[in-house]
Amino acid sequence: MKFGVVVFPGSNCDHDAHYAVTQNVGAQASFLWHQESTVPSDIDAIILPGGFSYGDYLRCGAIAKFSPIIGAVKKFAHAGGLVMGFCNGFQILTESGLLPGALIRNNELKFICRPIDLRVETTNTPFTNTASQGQILSLPIAHGEGCYTAEPHVLDELEAEDRVVFRYVKNPNGSLRDIAGICNAQRNVLGMMPHPERAADPLMGSTDGLVLFHSLIASLASK
Amino acid sequence: MSTITPEVVAAHSLTPDEYQKVLSLLGREPSLTELGIFSVMWSEHCSYKSSKIHLKKLPTRSQLVILGPGENAGIIDIGQGYGIAFKIESHNHPSFIEPFQGAATGVGGILRDIFTMGARPIAVLDSIRFGPLDDPQTGARNRRILEGVVAGIAHYGNCFGVPTVGGECVFHKSYDGNPLVNVFALGVIPKDKIFFGRAEGIGNPVIYVGAKTGRDGIHGATMASDEFTEESKQKRPNVQMGDPFLEKLLLEACIEAMHSGAVVGIQDMGAAGLTCSTCEMGSRAGTGVEIDLMHVPQRETGMTPYEIMLSESQERMLLVAEKGREQEIFDIFDKWGLDAATVGVVTDDGMLRVRNHGELIAEINNRDLADEAPLYDRPHTKPHRNVPMEAPAFASTDLKTDLIKLLSSGDLCSKRWIYEQYDSMVRTNTLAGPGGDAAIVRIKETGTSVAVSLDGNGRYCYLDPREGAKLVVAEACRNVSTVGALPVAATNNLNFGNPQRPEIMAQLVEAIEGMADACTFFETPITGGNVSLYNETLGEGILPTPVIGIVGLLPTEAPVPSRFQAEGLTVMLLGGIGSSDEVHFGGTQYAYVLLKQMWGLPPALDMAVEKNVHIAIREIVAAGLAASAHDLSDGGFAVALAEASFDGIGAAVTLPSSSLRPELLLFHEAPSRILLSTNSPEEISKIADNHGVPVFVIGKTVKGQVVIEGLLNAAIEELQQPWASALENALHV
Repeated sequence: MKFGVVVFPGSNCDHDAHYAVTQNVGAQASFLWHQESTVPSDIDAIILPGGFSYGDYLRCGAIAKFSPIIGAVKKFAHAGGLVMGFCNGFQILTESGLLPGALIRNNELKFICRPIDLRVETTNTPFTNTASQGQILSLPIAHGEGCYTAEPHVLDELEAEDRVVFRYVKNPNGSLRDIAGICNAQRNVLGMMPHPERAADPLMGSTDGLVLFHSLIASLASK
Repeated sequence: MSTITPEVVAAHSLTPDEYQKVLSLLGREPSLTELGIFSVMWSEHCSYKSSKIHLKKLPTRSQLVILGPGENAGIIDIGQGYGIAFKIESHNHPSFIEPFQGAATGVGGILRDIFTMGARPIAVLDSIRFGPLDDPQTGARNRRILEGVVAGIAHYGNCFGVPTVGGECVFHKSYDGNPLVNVFALGVIPKDKIFFGRAEGIGNPVIYVGAKTGRDGIHGATMASDEFTEESKQKRPNVQMGDPFLEKLLLEACIEAMHSGAVVGIQDMGAAGLTCSTCEMGSRAGTGVEIDLMHVPQRETGMTPYEIMLSESQERMLLVAEKGREQEIFDIFDKWGLDAATVGVVTDDGMLRVRNHGELIAEINNRDLADEAPLYDRPHTKPHRNVPMEAPAFASTDLKTDLIKLLSSGDLCSKRWIYEQYDSMVRTNTLAGPGGDAAIVRIKETGTSVAVSLDGNGRYCYLDPREGAKLVVAEACRNVSTVGALPVAATNNLNFGNPQRPEIMAQLVEAIEGMADACTFFETPITGGNVSLYNETLGEGILPTPVIGIVGLLPTEAPVPSRFQAEGLTVMLLGGIGSSDEVHFGGTQYAYVLLKQMWGLPPALDMAVEKNVHIAIREIVAAGLAASAHDLSDGGFAVALAEASFDGIGAAVTLPSSSLRPELLLFHEAPSRILLSTNSPEEISKIADNHGVPVFVIGKTVKGQVVIEGLLNAAIEELQQPWASALENALHV
């Protein structure tokens, strides 16, 4: 089991994701540089980590979507490969069209960093299949632009297709319908604003993030 | 006709005597560029000319100190082949003129100081001070400054990817036109990969890397060495612009270049930019540096040599590479999308020689710039103070109301509104983030963790700079000890007014001497720091505000919480009730917030007692006997008890009999005291006895209530709600 952790200039949760999946989960991992245009064949799942890709001085993720590695990630995803984007990774997934909607500035217009409670809305994904429906996870958020927004019909579609994976118990950023994480129609691409890689080590105060990595490994094993 | 008139000299903030020294060192009249170079290198900010002879009194060595003052940051040994590099630095003046960029570039500057040594930054803390938010005249401006400073720190640290894990935020009228922004940064470094700012190796290429040079920040260091006047508001172009993304790339590229083995020496371009980095690197190595400005990457056209040499554009570094290995450096910086250009060469004659398209622009001995700045033993008399020794008559009408007012005051209220804007968790090392006694970050490489506390107290130091400085060191060491860490080193930021006033100089001298005594006694050598003088606006100085950063070491484990965690535990007061009287009550939060006065003396400190308390609490924490531990400081016992209750578990306590009147008993700020909850009171008493430290069982933890028998009875919610909402209310957000 090997994760590929994408590194953009300005990624800053890349080492944290690498540490979590190798040290806390016990998987293997390697970094994928933004200028590479293929995903190595030994990669089983890809993580787009948090940070400020290319500085994010334009819209978050707006530059990253043009990088060679995102072309490769799209191919990987279209072939059914598992992709998870956390925080900036979620922003990049919406910008690049792998997930619908957009992430705009928090409704209070300030960066927010704190642990929040998150409800598992569906276990019918490779990322949540070992969690229980309605389970509450305590995960940190750390973002200035995490307010999820989309056209009403898109939101309706997400709900109708059981693609809202996580909702905030207490909405911190104004996200429509309290949405904290969604998946694509094929259910192999997940985007979420909270940071499961920051809740993978008992010393960090919560290990609730582990369930995502364990689910992913379980679903790969059952294939 | 000379272009260097007395007016031109004065405009460069050089005195006539200083200019005479320039003339005699050069043996001729300087060019305008040379005058500019001297003026920044001999500014207070770069040369420490008013403080240097006193800074020598500070202890700087111990068995753990790998590198003391003089380099970009101090380094101490944490074992297993690793060290930590850390330093604190101020960006006070720029943060007043342009709060957001001023604070942001303050963070950027100290981060570069850390990674220029080869260390990867893993934590930032901030000590920030403002004028009152509710002042009818200046409140609106103070609110704007605070919001800008916080947003600037958040912007830079969050984007760079370093967690901001703690700090302090304090208010006082004297910071009205002169906010203090002191930023501490810490990085981890393999001991065998420490880099120095030295231009070694005659013939080696001098390479410029990072951002292009622009016209921003010209003469920033000179500005930081002047008082503020009405005109300074127009000095906005002197403030630099920060680009944290570029800095993040610079970090990665520099570390990669250092690990390639091709880098001989490296220094960041901070204050005084290209000038400072060239002459300091040459001076330290005893070499010369010759550069041609036509090779310097420039952001705009038509810049003069004067502007290029004095620009303080951010995110730039100067490095000396091994001759013949330039291409390796260029390839690494190209990978990260950064400029790198050979701008000069190391020479053997000790001179800084600046050319522009071959034409000689400046030729000055490096040592004259870096080491020959005039040193002043400025006259110092009695420290300035303008308050009485005797206490006014006062009497509380309701102790609970007093406590609520204290908890919702600027200094003591929750700073959540501030610290939630900082990413305090990135890099997944934060064992204890903002809001506790000390921040703790783990070092993944070693299994060791580092505890850090920043502390300052302008009121204590105003009443008695010497004792105040000792109290500040004692408290920071107590904070670090309370989480179980052994304090091992310190960094200081000395924020004072105009040193040319003897009564202000006296504050500085006495504070340094007090700090030297305390740091010697607590075995925390000062490995570096910063002096910020001329913190005055329109002739009014700030309170003397030495800020100390104490670094401690502890094993990586789940930390002891500062709040009560379970009902029915025994509550103990280690260090006892402490001694006070009305004279020693004049510097307390109670006097400041409720009586709006200052008088008398700061609390009395017995350093031997204090140290024994530290030893005892570390032993208690290491043995796992404390369910919670919180040190008593600002606001005294009642405030500490309330703070410890904010997870919903309070306490019912009875204080030992005392002759102190209730206001003093609850709110005096005698040091050397720690509030504990425990399952093992006998073992704790035994440890305290062994170290000769008084300890009292004072009660039990209970749900939802804070009760001090006979004096105060409150539901936690009554105390917590005002504490939690005060800052947001004050900011009208």
